[in-house]
Amino acid sequence: MISAVATALGAATVAITLLSGGFTAAETASASSTLIDAQIVEVYVFLLAAFTGFQIITKVPPLLHTPLMAATNAISAISLVASLVIAGAERPFYINVMGTVAVAAATINVVGGFVITDRMLKMFKKTEAPK
Amino acid sequence: MNPQIGALFVQVAYIAASAAFILGLRGLTKPDTARRGMQLAAAGMLLAIIGTLLNHEIITYEFIIIGLVVGSAIGLPMGLLVPMTAMPQRIAVSHMFGALAVTLVGIAEFLHYRDVPGGPGAVKMVALGFETIFGALTITGSFMAFGKLQGFISGKPITFPGQKIINAAIFVGAIGLWIYLIATQSSGPATSGDNGVLLFGLMTLLALVIGVTLVLPIGGADMPVVVSLLNSYAGLAASATGFAIGNNILIVAGALDGASGFILSILMSKAMNRSFANVLFGAFGGEKAAASVKSAEGLTTRSISAEDAAMRIGYARNVIVIPGYGMAVAQAQHAVRELAELIEKRGGRVRFAIHPVAGRMPGHMNVLLAEANVPYDHLFDLEEINEEFRACDVALVIGANDVTNPAAKSDPASPIYGMPILNVQDAEQVIVVKRGMATGFAGIENELFYLEKTSMLFGDAKGVLSQVVSEIKGL
Repeated sequence: MISAVATALGAATVAITLLSGGFTAAETASASSTLIDAQIVEVYVFLLAAFTGFQIITKVPPLLHTPLMAATNAISAISLVASLVIAGAERPFYINVMGTVAVAAATINVVGGFVITDRMLKMFKKTEAPK
Repeated sequence: MNPQIGALFVQVAYIAASAAFILGLRGLTKPDTARRGMQLAAAGMLLAIIGTLLNHEIITYEFIIIGLVVGSAIGLPMGLLVPMTAMPQRIAVSHMFGALAVTLVGIAEFLHYRDVPGGPGAVKMVALGFETIFGALTITGSFMAFGKLQGFISGKPITFPGQKIINAAIFVGAIGLWIYLIATQSSGPATSGDNGVLLFGLMTLLALVIGVTLVLPIGGADMPVVVSLLNSYAGLAASATGFAIGNNILIVAGALDGASGFILSILMSKAMNRSFANVLFGAFGGEKAAASVKSAEGLTTRSISAEDAAMRIGYARNVIVIPGYGMAVAQAQHAVRELAELIEKRGGRVRFAIHPVAGRMPGHMNVLLAEANVPYDHLFDLEEINEEFRACDVALVIGANDVTNPAAKSDPASPIYGMPILNVQDAEQVIVVKRGMATGFAGIENELFYLEKTSMLFGDAKGVLSQVVSEIKGL
């Protein structure tokens, strides 16, 4: 039941993400009058994602709490996509450099985070069936 | 590529990645599906990165390549080589890197708005300020946690008079600057000019100081709460970045991370029967001297040899092992697994009772035991196993202390009164492996050690347990 709710919430999040993608396009097309609309949609995205997260994460057993921390940390290193733009866009040199440091820091978490999570999860084994 | 199609591809990539993240976390609800779930999440991440690289705003790739290469060169060895025993430190340091990236993005975005007529505007300023304050305090806070876990900063709570007032003043100062920056957004270039940069810089600096002062008074055993809380902050800061630059995937991923850290912090606080505020501002320190009135005077413990212990454990049918931070320090998990296998070979049953705050981060004991090849169906949570102690012949406590103290149930004067504990005292007999009679983190005597059914086996957990194993083999 809870997992069905979580899946539905997840689907809603994706749908809203899609919607607000449209808003962002509209925003650049017209003036900044849609800015508030876009911000409101962002709040929806945040709330739905947070609820989805709550529903799913409360079901993660304590057994896997350390891998969970490593995993969510790797996932939130998606901030790499913001760093990439700052490092590569047409900005003053020092801002590009700040972006480069940010890219490096986020990459450490993306690469290291997923590798170490996998390493941990690989260790969790059930009792082998008696031979 | 046509920019319109490019933009569409980026959006589709982001949506797919959001779905992959959510499904990936869902995989973590079961050990069997966890690995596949995380592989899906990693694939989603890759897709999002490729999508971003096609962004029309990106005109040079030199900086990006340097950043990606340096990051991979540091991240890959960190992922592959860090031993499982160093996992709490590694998690703390990864929060620091995540927060560093987010904070730099926040500062760079703010500086960028100097060239934009009208500045960031009040709404964006809310997000930028949140991102930078929480990012900056997570950088230094995580570094402090890392230092305490690694041991180059004292694990003891560091307190000084007036600490709470000073902390509060710094916090109010940072928030005040943030509010000022938001409020002056409508009044033109005040906040995007040099004056604004100065104020923004000061706000960032204060936030960095908060990180230090926040973690300074927190002791080693409270680390699970702090690490979880910093996890939450790092996630919320990432989410705020999404608001600041209008990027939904950042909002989604940050919200997931924030929710996870928040849930873990609450679980950890509950497991210690303390409120959030108490962990953050309480610093167990001061009150404890007065509280430990119940001294050990007149009470005696019974010490046994490894040989005696081997006799008792070797013939036991039902053994429950209670691991604690001491097991991690002594790196005794492999010796523990060997002992458990031996008992099972002799026809006994071995289970592991794991308290939520055993160790230095959520799930610490589980990871260590899994690394030592203990099957995960042998590991039990507090609620699952607490009734089982009644039927157990030998409860073997290895390097755990406060989480087994019966005073948490019986003595309202005890500082840990009300904390859920493992009912070790219900076992027929108890063997405690411990280096010496030093008290646990809470600094209080553990009545369990003075019970008639309890025997103390003093020594380094790894050495002593190996001895017990060879003794049992000789029975």
